Amino acid sequence: MPSEQAPLLELRGVSKRFAGVTALDSVDFTLGRGEIHGLVGENGAGKSTLMKIIAGVHGEYDGEMRLDGRPVRLRSPRDARDAGIGMVHQELSIVPALSVAENVLLGRQPLNRAGLVSWRRMRDQARAQLRELGIEVDPAAPAGALPLGLQQMIELARVLLSGARILILDEPTSALSPPEVETLFTLLERLRASGRSVVFISHFLDDVLRISDNVTVFRNGRRVGASPAREVGKSWLIERMIGGGHERLEESYTDARTLPPRPSTPAVLEAEDLGVAGLFEGASLSIHAGEVVGIYGFMGSGQLELARALSGKLPLDHGTVRVDGQAAKLAGGTPAAKRAGIAFVPESRRAMLFAPEPVYRNISISILERINHFLVRPRREREIAEGHVRRLGVRPARVDLPVGQLSGGNQQKVALARWLTHLPRVLLLSEPTRGMDVGAKDDVVRIVRALRAEGIGILVVSSEPETVLSLADRILVMRRGVLAREFAGEAVGKDRLLEAA
Amino acid sequence: MSAPLTDPAALRDPLWLRLGAQLRNLAPFVTLIALVLLFSLLSPSFATLGNVSNILQQVSITAIIAVGLTYVILCAEIDLSVASVANAAGILLAFFTLQDSSVNIANLPLPGPLAMGLALAGALALGAVTAFGVTWIGIPSFIMTLAMLQIGNGIGALLIRGQIAYNVPDLVVALGSGSIGPVPWIVLVAALVLLVGHLVLAYTRFGRYVYMVGGNREAAEHSGVAVKAVVAAVMMISALCSGIAGMLGVAYFGSAQQNQFDNYLLDAISAVVVGGTSLFGGQGGIGNTIVGVLVLGVLNNGLDHIRMDSFLKILIRGLVLLMALVVNVYAQRLRAQRRGIG
Repeated sequence: MPSEQAPLLELRGVSKRFAGVTALDSVDFTLGRGEIHGLVGENGAGKSTLMKIIAGVHGEYDGEMRLDGRPVRLRSPRDARDAGIGMVHQELSIVPALSVAENVLLGRQPLNRAGLVSWRRMRDQARAQLRELGIEVDPAAPAGALPLGLQQMIELARVLLSGARILILDEPTSALSPPEVETLFTLLERLRASGRSVVFISHFLDDVLRISDNVTVFRNGRRVGASPAREVGKSWLIERMIGGGHERLEESYTDARTLPPRPSTPAVLEAEDLGVAGLFEGASLSIHAGEVVGIYGFMGSGQLELARALSGKLPLDHGTVRVDGQAAKLAGGTPAAKRAGIAFVPESRRAMLFAPEPVYRNISISILERINHFLVRPRREREIAEGHVRRLGVRPARVDLPVGQLSGGNQQKVALARWLTHLPRVLLLSEPTRGMDVGAKDDVVRIVRALRAEGIGILVVSSEPETVLSLADRILVMRRGVLAREFAGEAVGKDRLLEAA
Repeated sequence: MSAPLTDPAALRDPLWLRLGAQLRNLAPFVTLIALVLLFSLLSPSFATLGNVSNILQQVSITAIIAVGLTYVILCAEIDLSVASVANAAGILLAFFTLQDSSVNIANLPLPGPLAMGLALAGALALGAVTAFGVTWIGIPSFIMTLAMLQIGNGIGALLIRGQIAYNVPDLVVALGSGSIGPVPWIVLVAALVLLVGHLVLAYTRFGRYVYMVGGNREAAEHSGVAVKAVVAAVMMISALCSGIAGMLGVAYFGSAQQNQFDNYLLDAISAVVVGGTSLFGGQGGIGNTIVGVLVLGVLNNGLDHIRMDSFLKILIRGLVLLMALVVNVYAQRLRAQRRGIG
């Protein structure tokens, strides 16, 4: 067996380009037998691209991949599965209405002699398989009714049952409670003892350092650090993840800032003890007039959901919200929130714009009741829209163009313009600069500053530290559904935010 | 004031793209003209003034029902109860009008205006139940209105008990079967309903909300539009139109009886879809519905004029509906491709 000496999985000089943009630049990566390998880096650093190459999702790339010392090229997820590589995505692919047993054995249900599904054998097999992983759960229970942690275990069991020797876990702990994380780690240790290997991708650096044998850091498509986990600490990882800060961003779009002191203006929004089961708990915050409050947290930490709840879109389980001292009855949904003076720009542009409708109608939709009493007045709508389009520099500057034909950054400007004519008291912005180029991000910063100058309260929620750092006057950090830290009136950079999250 | 920024992008697109974008509106119109030409050539009796009046009269009830249905479909919902609600309204009207002693129903004679008011109120009540089920409880409109179809039929059946009632208030008789000069009143009523339907849709705030809710419900919600109220309103409008059509229909047919509107469900849906209003909501309008109603009316009438086998006619109408559906879905896809799913 010549493969005994070779590592289980080895990649050499792997590069991948998407439409001229380099996602991975000549990367090496090695995974040994019975090793847990932590992989960290910011969004877009190349971790996911590398894992997708290993999992057969991207078949076209430069460089070499060896499995057991033999060169391989996996052209589909099926190839990867046959080679013993399995991936558990952050978004689970559990079928909620099916039973645990059906989910574990999906696609390979045991048959009886008549060629029909043998339910008894299926339950027995699933129970045995789960017990082997240290999980006690009724195989007949519907999978969707289980807590998220158990659902993840079931998906893991399914991947393992398909014969995976290499398991790739993408952000496995982000949605788990601390005891669930313990269960997962026990399971991973058991897998390691049985000689299987795990790639563990996560933003939660403490988790990565605790469970991994080795860690690798990615930045801008390059491997910028690799070390045995026990020899390094969190600060070593953060330093490498964000680099020396040499790449200078646009003036207003920054990754370090000195926050102004707390404002003395009255609070426009006061939220107390907000909670939605399973998403966030005990969230209390206030936003003052002329203040931008930022909430930063990793993907899935609950900050986006908090903004949705404040917009009336997601029903709150408990808590009170006041706008200008008046209780806002958010149970009435988004129209009630709008009446209370709360406006929301969601993270998905598809969820806020009417793509086939012209720009001016997209701008006027939320102020129709202000500019028309009964009949619509398209000329007035156009005038208002033209003003905003000029002021915000929307390109092309044509209000009759269907908004779906604009670029992402310009669509975002149109979505913001909607709230500029009649200002709300509180503006909630969810991921306002996601997926934009630097110039467009700069424009968003300018618009938000202009709105702040009008004296409204603004809340920015994001999982990108730069977004919050560029926009916010005061920063809250959300960690697993809890507002864990506040930065105000002090110098703060990306490293401290990451550290707190 | 500087130059307006309103030159549409279409001006710069090549001709075929511009036509492609208008496929939804062009295809029904071209079909209508082609059908008129075809039947005029094949039958000398088709293109006469009398026949035009005939066609308009034949399509009036469908047109009134289709107005309400246009609102519903623009909102990306459906109403399968339109014909049944119309039937119930017609029967209610007869129920509240004095009938011959030979008609053996528990007839409750009231003054004409009151009977009409009650019939309309009945239709609106059914619409309110539908609206409640769809918005408040959250039953998909497809299945909610299927239940309402049965309920409307049930109410009608209970009141009319298999009988045929001939009497309705004089005003309804005049509007449903009378004419002013050469023009049948029912055509004028249909024209009025279409006009009001169009004005509300095109020029009021509510009309704009209907388009926005149908175009992107989530975005409408995020914009603070009271989506549930809009959906409830369109279900009520549909019931109101059905109620008007039901009352006039009784006079038009000359009697009220069970199941007499059954064909109108398919006719009205076909008219809206053939006219090019998007099944996915947000695009189309009363203009489209007028063309759709006329395409179906001309086809129906023209096939009779060229002595088409009346059993084959049923199949032909099915095929026309299928073709319209293909165009409808294709137009949607073309649109999606053109904007590259932004």
